[in-house]
Amino acid sequence: MLNRRMLMAAAGVALSCLAAIPAAAQETIKIGLILPMTGPFASTGRQVSAGVKTFMAMKGDTVAGKKIELVIRDDAGTADQTRRIAQELVVNDGAKVLAGFGLTPLAMAVAPVATQAKIPSVVMAAGTASITKASEYITRTSGTLPQYSLPVGTWAAANKIKKVVTLVSDYGPGIDAEKWFTKEFKAKGGEIVEAVRVPLANPDFAPFLQRVRDAKPDAVFVFLPSGAGSLFMKQFADRGLADAGIKLIATGDVTDDDILNSMGKPAIGTITGHFYATAHDSPENKAYVAAFKKANADMRPNFMSVGGYDGMALIYAALEKTKGDATGPAFMAAVKGLSWTSPRGPVSIDPETRDIIQNIYMREVKDVNGELQNVEFQTFKDLKDPEKADAK
Amino acid sequence: MLTILFDGIAYGMLLFILACGLTVTLGLMNFINLAHGAFAMAGGYVTVVMMNRYGISFYWCLPAAFVVSALIGLVLERTLYQWLYQAPHLDQVLFSIGIVFMAIAATDYFMGGQQQLINLPPELSGRMDVFGVGVGRYRLFTIIVCAALALALQLILSKTRFGSRLRAAVDDRRVAMGLGINVPLVFALTFAFGSGLAGLGGAMGAEILGLDPNFPLKFMIYFLIVVSVGGTSTVSGPFLAALLLGIADVAGKYYVPAIGPFVIYALMIVMLIVRPNGLFSRGGR
Repeated sequence: MLNRRMLMAAAGVALSCLAAIPAAAQETIKIGLILPMTGPFASTGRQVSAGVKTFMAMKGDTVAGKKIELVIRDDAGTADQTRRIAQELVVNDGAKVLAGFGLTPLAMAVAPVATQAKIPSVVMAAGTASITKASEYITRTSGTLPQYSLPVGTWAAANKIKKVVTLVSDYGPGIDAEKWFTKEFKAKGGEIVEAVRVPLANPDFAPFLQRVRDAKPDAVFVFLPSGAGSLFMKQFADRGLADAGIKLIATGDVTDDDILNSMGKPAIGTITGHFYATAHDSPENKAYVAAFKKANADMRPNFMSVGGYDGMALIYAALEKTKGDATGPAFMAAVKGLSWTSPRGPVSIDPETRDIIQNIYMREVKDVNGELQNVEFQTFKDLKDPEKADAK
Repeated sequence: MLTILFDGIAYGMLLFILACGLTVTLGLMNFINLAHGAFAMAGGYVTVVMMNRYGISFYWCLPAAFVVSALIGLVLERTLYQWLYQAPHLDQVLFSIGIVFMAIAATDYFMGGQQQLINLPPELSGRMDVFGVGVGRYRLFTIIVCAALALALQLILSKTRFGSRLRAAVDDRRVAMGLGINVPLVFALTFAFGSGLAGLGGAMGAEILGLDPNFPLKFMIYFLIVVSVGGTSTVSGPFLAALLLGIADVAGKYYVPAIGPFVIYALMIVMLIVRPNGLFSRGGR
């Protein structure tokens, strides 16, 4: 253990020495993209890397006179692999920026590497609030669960929903979602009848749904990772919960644009809160969706892809600002306070927490020209991550 | 209450149909086939492809899933599995777990890693009230099909010529061959049949359990629990075990959600202590 630490520290020192050599000497900047490209979370990896590639196809591969080189590595969704790959990328391949990270534990595993080697790390998908606290070299372009669970609570309380059962996956992000929805909903006068936590590897939702049905709430608030979410959706409809007058409200993970269309009729009418929908109406998004579909004909860009796209936008903008200097402190200084117009709308990086500030949209699933889409109907403007804002 | 019982039975039936193929290979042929879930997954994907790409009716997909999985089973048995019948169990485990990983990677490559969804015909979706008990139509369908299969399987094994040949071949391979029974053929057919059942289970389970490339690993534990609790010498043992576990799992998650996921394991431990050779074992062998 001690040995590994010393090795890491040595690597860090070596790197900072390397970085001290005038930046003009190196013509390419390597970006190490670590994603789960295989295993249960492969769809995250596919979407993020497609978003990243779409950005490079649209904006070219040079910024501030430097050529950007992308190295994509697969960690199969296991944290120790992520960490090993991060070390290899930094030490052997000379990557200047790390990016990707499909899940919270994967991002957490890289935090010590980022801190010790002073390598800027851009989180493009993982959503637990605490990640950016793990290292001051971590920034994020996806979103946090508190950030998009809280507005769902605000919306529910304002729309004649009095009693709610929460149903979340029993792991970090699920508990984040439950906590912040509950907090906001109660503060606005709502009542939580019951809080159900579903094991992450759960084959059948029947007993939990029956519990929800018997509690007779006005609505059920749901957070589940996207694959499980679609299964849940079908069973929700099958069990006749909608007919029993129970509304389905959720975070956008459940109506993931990537698979929304294959969920079919049961999904229609679901209300969700999230930061990006393929159907978002803006010229930036139209251009993005068109470019994305040109390269990936059978895929629909979802929120993960836009996290990847914006991650690259952030890296480009920061390098532009530092005139191509990718060393940790300079890069991170440039990142703080950056703002740009993303396909999802206006976004900026909070200078204090290095987390993203963005609009959260309330959407309803509707049939648009034969395709199911998340159609936005209300916007909560410029939300910070409430967990870190609260801690102050 | 009755709804929970009903859901539990449906879930248990599904577990049975998925696991009974394993009972056949493990109990009758004495071969540890951890790749059993891969055949189930093959059946599930056959259904998904037929329904979503070619718009074929769900009812045709079920027999197709059975046939395709059985054929894959037959081919693999002839080319790979048969060489390992005499091998030690550890070799069999290593070999079949390797097949699982290959199946996962191959599925991920060809079909993508996302959750696959199917849309059931309208008469099977939704629920209806039977004497005041809410009953999911698809779950009712599952129960009927699985119960019929369990009955058929029991009859085939105990009453037909093929069944007795198979039991003879298992009990003493050499004597059976000496009596003119074509043991390799019997084994190949049995293996294919078991695989086919798994495929059918995968096709029926796609709606309730979901389907993605990790299916074989995700449900391997459940198969093994059913088989170990039920014992491998009969069909009725795993059948009852699957029902019991299904009901316990659903009821546990409904009444005590905080510890719900552990109920099934607790039950398994208790059962294994009380009846280490399975529910209806004929005593230790």
